[in-house]
Amino acid sequence: MVAQRLVALFVLGCLLFSYPLLSLFNTGGTLWGIPLLYVYLFGAWGALIALMVLVVERSR
Amino acid sequence: MLLAGGILLTSFAYLGILFAIAYYGDKRADAGRSIIANPTIYALSMAVYATSWTFYGSVGRAAASGVGFLPIYLGPTLMAALWWLVLRKMIRISKVNRITSIADFIAARYGKSAMLGGLVTVIAVIGIIPYIALQLKAVSASFLILLQYPAVVMPPKGHPVVLWQDTALYVALLLAAFTVLFGTRHLDATERHEGMVAAIAFESLVKLLAFLAVGVFVTFGLYGGFADLFEHAAQLPRATQLLTLGGPAGTYGSWIGLILLSMLSILFLPRQFQISVVENVNENHLSKAVWLFPLYLFAINIFVLPITFAGLMHFHSGQVDADTFVLTLPMAHGREALALFAFIGGLSAATGMVIVETIALSTMICNDLVMPVLLRWQARRLSERSDLSGLLLGIRRGAIVVLMMLGYVYYRAAGEAYALVSIGLVSFAAVAQFAPAMLGGMYWKQGTHTGAFSGLTLGFALWAYTLLLPSFAKSGWLPISFIQQGPLGIEWLKPLSLFGLNGLDDISHSLFWSLLANVGGYVTVSLLGRPSIREHAQALLFVDVFRTTRRRSNPWRGSASLQDMLTLVGRFLGPQRAEEAFAGYAASRGAKSLREIEPDAELVRFAETQLAGAIGASSARVMLASVVKEEPLSMDEVLNILDEASQLITYSHQLEQKSQQLEAATSELRAANERLKELDRMKDDFISTVTHELRTPLTSIRAFSEILQSDPRLTLAKREEFIGIIVKESERLSRLINQVLDLSKLESGRAEWHSAELDLRDVIEDSVSTTQPLLREHGVELTLDLPERAPRLRVDRDRLKQVMLNLISNAVKFCDRRDGRIAIALHVLPEALRVDVRDNGTGIDPADHETIFEKFRQVGDTLTEKPQGTGLGLPISRQIIEHFGGTLWVESARGQGATFSFTLPLHPQVAQGTASPASEMTA
Repeated sequence: MVAQRLVALFVLGCLLFSYPLLSLFNTGGTLWGIPLLYVYLFGAWGALIALMVLVVERSR
Repeated sequence: MLLAGGILLTSFAYLGILFAIAYYGDKRADAGRSIIANPTIYALSMAVYATSWTFYGSVGRAAASGVGFLPIYLGPTLMAALWWLVLRKMIRISKVNRITSIADFIAARYGKSAMLGGLVTVIAVIGIIPYIALQLKAVSASFLILLQYPAVVMPPKGHPVVLWQDTALYVALLLAAFTVLFGTRHLDATERHEGMVAAIAFESLVKLLAFLAVGVFVTFGLYGGFADLFEHAAQLPRATQLLTLGGPAGTYGSWIGLILLSMLSILFLPRQFQISVVENVNENHLSKAVWLFPLYLFAINIFVLPITFAGLMHFHSGQVDADTFVLTLPMAHGREALALFAFIGGLSAATGMVIVETIALSTMICNDLVMPVLLRWQARRLSERSDLSGLLLGIRRGAIVVLMMLGYVYYRAAGEAYALVSIGLVSFAAVAQFAPAMLGGMYWKQGTHTGAFSGLTLGFALWAYTLLLPSFAKSGWLPISFIQQGPLGIEWLKPLSLFGLNGLDDISHSLFWSLLANVGGYVTVSLLGRPSIREHAQALLFVDVFRTTRRRSNPWRGSASLQDMLTLVGRFLGPQRAEEAFAGYAASRGAKSLREIEPDAELVRFAETQLAGAIGASSARVMLASVVKEEPLSMDEVLNILDEASQLITYSHQLEQKSQQLEAATSELRAANERLKELDRMKDDFISTVTHELRTPLTSIRAFSEILQSDPRLTLAKREEFIGIIVKESERLSRLINQVLDLSKLESGRAEWHSAELDLRDVIEDSVSTTQPLLREHGVELTLDLPERAPRLRVDRDRLKQVMLNLISNAVKFCDRRDGRIAIALHVLPEALRVDVRDNGTGIDPADHETIFEKFRQVGDTLTEKPQGTGLGLPISRQIIEHFGGTLWVESARGQGATFSFTLPLHPQVAQGTASPASEMTA
């Protein structure tokens, strides 16, 4: 079960870090004064790690 | 003012701390109280992935390609999600088979092939040497820069310093010594280095903290946080380019290519394999590493872009190498301690990588390159030495020094050339070539040795052609026309756009072609070939590693002596360690001492895995073969074993069937025997009855004949009376004999039948007219009740008439003496015809209804009344009726007359002419 959830996260990550989702944030604007793409990449990355923590630690 | 002495002192102090940690870790491991048996340490040690190429290089790469540095850390994050599936399996396989390197893994999977192991080692060494060179350069360059403090001056380029003044040489020697000291302190069958892992985990912590310190200083010290920094950075001419994809930051395609590349490297870089698979203490530690390791990468990358932009804004273009911003920014702002900390962080990143990588490579070189060669050519010399563990350690130490020197030579030769800049990715692409053979080997049983060899060779060749040679050309070792016009001017062979493929960056381009050839070669050759028995056995062990809880003992025939094996393993591991290992094995088998265990296939396997840990799977097999007389199983033999097994199964099936049949036959026989006994008894009865019946008329004939003979004075009237009696008794006698013969014919089925279509009414009328004299003699009145029409039957006319005559004469005999009446009726039933013959005699007791159909049974008092028949008429009649498929029975009660009835079916089912004697005899 853990393995399947992690695979699902892997697929989610692949989607988040590739075209076309990536292109939505590749517009050059800023958010709170920080470049949008930078915010998106680290935000998505952090969210993915948080989900992994959830999946792994909840199963213990 | 930082002096060279101060920097060196700090560096040595730091290395001293590392060594202390390693020493402590080893001591604790020896005492059985591991300090690394902890998922956090495991995850931290995995961060050896982040080398000086990350520590300094990320910023350098970000300065050139903005967010384009990120895919190299996003890929491992994605792969971490798959670790629970893939890496756990790799760990399990390696533990079960005592695998200590990637070369060993691939060699063991494909039939313990020494050639494959050698090829993998060569690829790994060629791919990794430049990467080691990069670390040497990073350490020496950062040292030289820090030495100039407080001035920020780049080390001079283009004038190679004299050899003995080259810092990089001393760095290389120092690192070699360091690695030898705690990478090869002793030989362990599991090839685990607890102390080293502890030191690496510590280093990971140091480099993370150093980088974060610089990042925090830059972002929050020099600027007012992220927003402020990026606001200032927006002034930079290239800022927008660096923060959006499509330009220098890479296209979506190259982004995906880099993610894939880094996903594969996190699994197949030799140092990652060493740390995450070989040094793994408990595979459950993986679950924490799944998120902790990505979190580490996240943390070490978050300040990369801020540092990059701060560096770009602070230094004028070209003045300072972007690769050094992490170090030069604190220096430029006069932060002495922070600069030193950053230097130590970079040192940590570089030493960690170099130590683990060289240990992993030295294991490969020793087990998969040197030992197979030594075993082949120096076997005799080797066998003279009783303890080879020293030799093994020597080979490994030598390999470490040689690797380090090769790295240094590469660094000297490449200098400041292009070759070092993107060498990290070039190395990644080299180890990505292991992916098809490794992953295929773990999930696909069909993959063969030749397939893996072809795939690796093709992939490596294309990698070298599209990445390595161009990097040589850019460094000036090859004419630059090689890249621009293609070799010998052949356009479509241009290494950076092979077959005219454009639009991809160099790395993605190379990755595409090399993996295409690699996977293509591996799959195609595997599908065309057929795995050998050994390969197939190994494939099962690898692919089904979670399914086979206990190792199956393969069919093994051979002989081995315990002492021989112990000596052999002792020669490589040291006698004492071997003795301990074998004792442990004996204990696990429940034996009290070593001498009690039987040298069987299981023990040979155990010895082989012990040896495999020290010298690699393929060499272990060769060594063990020298003391174990193993008869190899050929394909034919395996097939024979299978054949025999399936034959045995068939035989046992047949046997089961046979025994069931036999049981059935036995019970049939028993029943038949019972019936035979019964028949025998009946025959005896029959014979005694027949003889009795024959004797009665014979006695009277004899008595009257004797009277006639002895008394001549008898009157004529008396004589005539006596002669009349004799004639009558003789007739009775012959009738009796005829009937006995008739019955025996019927019962044995030898009677002749002449069936023909006939009308039953004719037979009845005929019989009545035949018996008219008898009826008249007894004064009996007979009435006939026949329907106007009756269906015709196919029966034997004479036999049926015999039945009718018998029934009528019986009726005459037993009907009332004074007012005898007989009624014969024919009824047409739906399926049969029924004939009733009714008399008005005394009737028959219901108890006798069946006995009268037995032979020689006559109802009535035979003592007082003269027997009126032979007692065979009714049995014979019943036989005849039943032959035609009908039944004959009687209905009667005492004093109410009797009705004999029989039916004849209109469509007889019983085949005519086959009466079964046995079953009919009792009837």
